[in-house]
Amino acid sequence: MNQSNKSIFFPVRIAGGLGEQALYLLTDLGRMGLFLFFAVAGLLKHPFRFRELIKQLCFIGAGSVTVIFFTALSTGMVLGLQGYYSLSKFGAEGMLGSAVSLSLIMELGPVLTALMVAGRAGSAMCAEIGIMRISEQIDALECMSIDPFRYFISPKFLAMLLSVPLLTALFDVVGIAGGYVAGVNLMGVNGGAFFAGMQQSVTNHDIILGVVKSYVFALLLVWICTGRGYFVQKIRGAGFGAESVSKVTTQAVVISSISVLIFDYLLTAVML
Amino acid sequence: MTPTNASSPESAIRFINVCKSFGEWNKRHLVLDQVSFVVPKGQTTVIAGGSGQGKSVILKLILGLLRPDSGQILVGTKDVSALGYKALQELRMLFGVLFQGAALFDSLTVFENIALPLKERTKLSHEEVRNRVTATLEQLELTGHEEKFPAQLSGGMKKRVGLARALQLEPEIVLFDEPTTGLDPVMTREIYELFAATQQRLGYTAVIVSHDIPQVFTLADQIILLNKGELDVFTDESQIPHSSKPYIREFARLVMGQSVV
Repeated sequence: MNQSNKSIFFPVRIAGGLGEQALYLLTDLGRMGLFLFFAVAGLLKHPFRFRELIKQLCFIGAGSVTVIFFTALSTGMVLGLQGYYSLSKFGAEGMLGSAVSLSLIMELGPVLTALMVAGRAGSAMCAEIGIMRISEQIDALECMSIDPFRYFISPKFLAMLLSVPLLTALFDVVGIAGGYVAGVNLMGVNGGAFFAGMQQSVTNHDIILGVVKSYVFALLLVWICTGRGYFVQKIRGAGFGAESVSKVTTQAVVISSISVLIFDYLLTAVML
Repeated sequence: MTPTNASSPESAIRFINVCKSFGEWNKRHLVLDQVSFVVPKGQTTVIAGGSGQGKSVILKLILGLLRPDSGQILVGTKDVSALGYKALQELRMLFGVLFQGAALFDSLTVFENIALPLKERTKLSHEEVRNRVTATLEQLELTGHEEKFPAQLSGGMKKRVGLARALQLEPEIVLFDEPTTGLDPVMTREIYELFAATQQRLGYTAVIVSHDIPQVFTLADQIILLNKGELDVFTDESQIPHSSKPYIREFARLVMGQSVV
């Protein structure tokens, strides 16, 4: 009897579990959608906190310059060496400038910048907001009738949207310089041919694709990282207290990095 | 369930048949079960009970940070659970809240923490804000600590700063969530004296959630004991051991050391 009951209810339990998971995902998505709406609406509320914006620009933008510089330099130099190795097999070393600049501007610049910013600033923002949530600082703001979105979340959104495209531009410039050093100075490719190839092959459309990508990635990063921190107590399986903040911070970086890679493919497929 | 005098003009807050539960749909945990009570205006109501009995939930319901499953929560004549975002923000202007961990902003100094509600919610000039904060710092014996950050303060000082911030907008109702948790007996007494003095001076309605029993009863005009979703209301702590409810008598015996009558 017991055995037959178990066999009858097992599929029901499975279906119930799946339904519960689907409901949770839908609720979470709805919550994150509302969060995005309020964060954008917070940008329009008066008075805007310029001091907070400047602080976040310093943290996200200026603070990320070093890591972006070295990542870009390394990436550009590796591209220069590998590009030379591949192109020289066909006697097409003169196309090195074209290969390096197109790879960086359309693909590697936006993606690697976003991943670096997710690791450095996204994780910090998620942890900061998560700690504010568990220590009731966000509740305290709401109790004082201060909109937490206007007060500290919306400035983070704007700072990220301003910083990431500029950091991407920096990445592109430093990366191309790295490719030049590796290709021209180390491997002996003609400098004029390097720049001529770049000038001939890079079009406005390629640059626009890179810029659009950097804006979309910036929005994904700041949305996911701040949203996960804000809802730290509502995320299933995150636990409580400091443990929940650490788990949710890890989750935020993983989800935002995967989202960047998925949207990178989608945008390339749509816009190329 | 205690009878509620819903027509009393002297009530600051009224709970009418409020239910609140938490958890997933198939494993709900009922925290408040058809709870009704009145918080009289200008007086101090202490809500006491063991851990996890829903004391802090009551405060969050009053502030609209949580919504009840059913029932009404009236602040004045307004039903908190039926208010929209803007109306709720306006209503919260009536409240000052001292959170359990003081909830001070880590990145702001003591001065900035206390000045925050004035800067954000009033049109006072910088000079006026400075004068008001300086006066509050003096009243709460915090002068000289204004440039410190919360991490540099003791537990008692954090509570003082939290109280100073809660009182800046001269609220009609002040909610205290476990105000003496983690404080030594001397500091606890000092904090209670501070509450009594500020309430006498400003005349606000106070709701204190605490498990600091029986010390916290010295402040109370009304005591609400909460256990397993239900509550009982007393006007004096000496009534508690005579409660008609067995679990309250048991509570008195265990916590207050009084024999069951």
